[in-house]
Amino acid sequence: MAKPAETRVSITDISVRRQPSASIAVVGSPNSGKSTLFNRLTGLRQRIGNYPGVTVERHIGTLKTDDRVVELIDLPGTHGLSAHSYEEQIAIDVLFGRMEGTQPPDAILAVVDATNLYQGLYLVQQLLELERPVVIALTMSDVARARGLDIDTDLLSEHLSGIDICSVVATTGEGINQLRNLLIDLAERPVPGPTSAWPELAAAAHELAESATVPLSIAEIERVLVDGATGANKHVLDCLGPDAATRVEHFRDDLFGLDPPLACEARVRYHWVREVLAEVQQKAPPFYSWRARIGTFLNRPVPGTIGLFLVMAIVFQAVFAWATPVMDLIDSGAAVLGSATSARLGDGAFSSLIADGIIAGVGSVLIFLPQIIILFLFIILLEDSGFLARAAYLMDRAMRAVGLSGQSIIPMISSFACAVPGIMATRVIPNRRDRIATILAAPFMTCSARLPVYALLIAAFVPATKVGFLNLQGLVLFGLYMFGIVGGVLTALLIRKTALRGPKPSFALMLPEFRRPNIQTVLMQLWGRARVFLYRAGTVIFAVAVLVWALAYYPRATDIDPLLTENEVAAAQLEQSWLGRAGKFVEPAFEPLGWDWRVSSAVIAGFPAREVVIAVMGTVYAVGDEADEATLSKRLRAATWPDGRAVFTLPMVIGLLIFYACCLQCAATLAVIRRETGGWRWPAFAWVYMTTIGYVGALLAFQLL
Amino acid sequence: MKGNGNTLAALKRGQKGIISFVDASDPQVQRLMVLGLVEGAEVELAGSALGGDPMEFRLFGCGISLRQEQARHFTVSALEAGG
Repeated sequence: MAKPAETRVSITDISVRRQPSASIAVVGSPNSGKSTLFNRLTGLRQRIGNYPGVTVERHIGTLKTDDRVVELIDLPGTHGLSAHSYEEQIAIDVLFGRMEGTQPPDAILAVVDATNLYQGLYLVQQLLELERPVVIALTMSDVARARGLDIDTDLLSEHLSGIDICSVVATTGEGINQLRNLLIDLAERPVPGPTSAWPELAAAAHELAESATVPLSIAEIERVLVDGATGANKHVLDCLGPDAATRVEHFRDDLFGLDPPLACEARVRYHWVREVLAEVQQKAPPFYSWRARIGTFLNRPVPGTIGLFLVMAIVFQAVFAWATPVMDLIDSGAAVLGSATSARLGDGAFSSLIADGIIAGVGSVLIFLPQIIILFLFIILLEDSGFLARAAYLMDRAMRAVGLSGQSIIPMISSFACAVPGIMATRVIPNRRDRIATILAAPFMTCSARLPVYALLIAAFVPATKVGFLNLQGLVLFGLYMFGIVGGVLTALLIRKTALRGPKPSFALMLPEFRRPNIQTVLMQLWGRARVFLYRAGTVIFAVAVLVWALAYYPRATDIDPLLTENEVAAAQLEQSWLGRAGKFVEPAFEPLGWDWRVSSAVIAGFPAREVVIAVMGTVYAVGDEADEATLSKRLRAATWPDGRAVFTLPMVIGLLIFYACCLQCAATLAVIRRETGGWRWPAFAWVYMTTIGYVGALLAFQLL
Repeated sequence: MKGNGNTLAALKRGQKGIISFVDASDPQVQRLMVLGLVEGAEVELAGSALGGDPMEFRLFGCGISLRQEQARHFTVSALEAGG
């Protein structure tokens, strides 16, 4: 069995490391406060890794007393044991022990939002049928109390086969110690029976279980009965004996008649929940708070929409304004380090590899980290405060016009920083067609790696004249952002009308009340995402940097005119390097676009990571290592064809900008599309499609303007 | 276009209703039932996005949003007039 890759975040106590005696799955619906509780329980004793073959993060933490250690696994949020999205499927696979490399959990911690017992108890009913010891943590008990919701936990426990129920407030730590004590020996506690909600279904499952060839929980058999023998349930059916299929069909007829089974299950289980709630929960009096008032205000269509645009404007302002000082610092740091290295190591291949390849290459990734951290910080804050769900709700109508749903807005917004986390954010979209259409639209959004290319070309070739009260350069930059948005939207529309034609995407979204995000949870998420970005993008870009360096460095010529300046020598070396030769080789293909071999080779070098193009242009146009952008833009303006015509004419520059706005020059994005779609088909399509559009766009701009 | 009739889509802001029938043939509607929109549940319209679609409902104190066309699958008996 493949062992999942894991990275230790922190070790608080390395001397006392015992094997955990049990593993406990932390299960709850999204927004139940599950992650905050998990962080509170385990603190920094966490490992973040991936489930093998899937990109959903796996959080494992430990909990210990003097003589015992138990392991907690934080599962993705799910409303029940029938999966409706990729993340829910993972939570369910882990619970049923179907996830490769992960043992089935020994016990279950069910996280239920005290203000939303209605949905929480639906999930708890199903968890009780897993035949494992269960304990319930009632989160947000303080909010429930403030609302006047009085929950009789003793009576509730009686309805739930006598399992322990612990009221907690994860933000203040109230009830946490009591919960820890319950968890530490939970696995040895008796297995609770099912609730009285649906004895007929439980009886049918028990009867089928008698002929099972391997031990199965009644929850698993119930999924076959309700959801049918699809997907992973087929395996369960095979374990139920020879004539299982006909017996299951017989039970399904008896239990559901002509009604859709899932609808039957929801009716029966929620009917039971309502009866229990009537007994255990005092109905809340009318509830007023600042959160509720903001919520009520933003429920009105116009203030809600204006509020959304205002918040997005602030976020973009922050991403670009706050990050600049740190980015400049990293930029000059890398430059200083690079020249110090070449000064110390002298000339030669090794020195060049370290300075021009590794330091410049890795520096070009690190430089985007400040922007990405700020953007992530805002996105996590917006998500944890309940704002993003509201953005999806407010934008649904607009997104529907292009065949997507409001849920696609979050990945699109994230992609303005970087398409990689943007594409990972598509996991919450339940429908696969919507998800792929969103994944294909995301790379069109102007990411932070396109920005330096735009900034260079605009500063060099677009005059800083005023158009009304606006600056033409700013206007062009804004136009390029709009171009990306329109490109993405048209792509989504096109793909939903052709290859991914299908029914209109559904839209059902839980809208949590506004709440104050928990600092610890926000910081831990931020660290997790920054780490994943650094690791994933860093490894790819590192390899690419070394590769591009080698292509631009070898083979070395020895017969260079000694009278040339250092910069001219570098240019001459580059011209006959593999990269320069490749540029010359493809020059005929790019000549109709107005690009000479230098631009072509820079563009080729930029295919694995588009920001590389600036560094390569710096070298190709013989500015040398000390190039700042002002000199580079002067050199670009002076560049000519052999017959003396200028290379960088306005039509050619516009074409080049269009090419960069479209072309998918990012190996990290391609890799993440492959992982998220499970094959090379979609990344290959995206690459060919976007490159073709970029080429044709640049061609039209150069030939027609 | 199918009329809103006496479905969830016809509720006014602040108005409450009890779901009396769900047209459950559509799998997307079944998904909404798993989230708690079943016969017997009391639902209040809390608000809507621009143009009245999608709509936001309160269901036992929690917010849930759906589109008008999905809301039309749920027949309700209105409890009180909203404003």
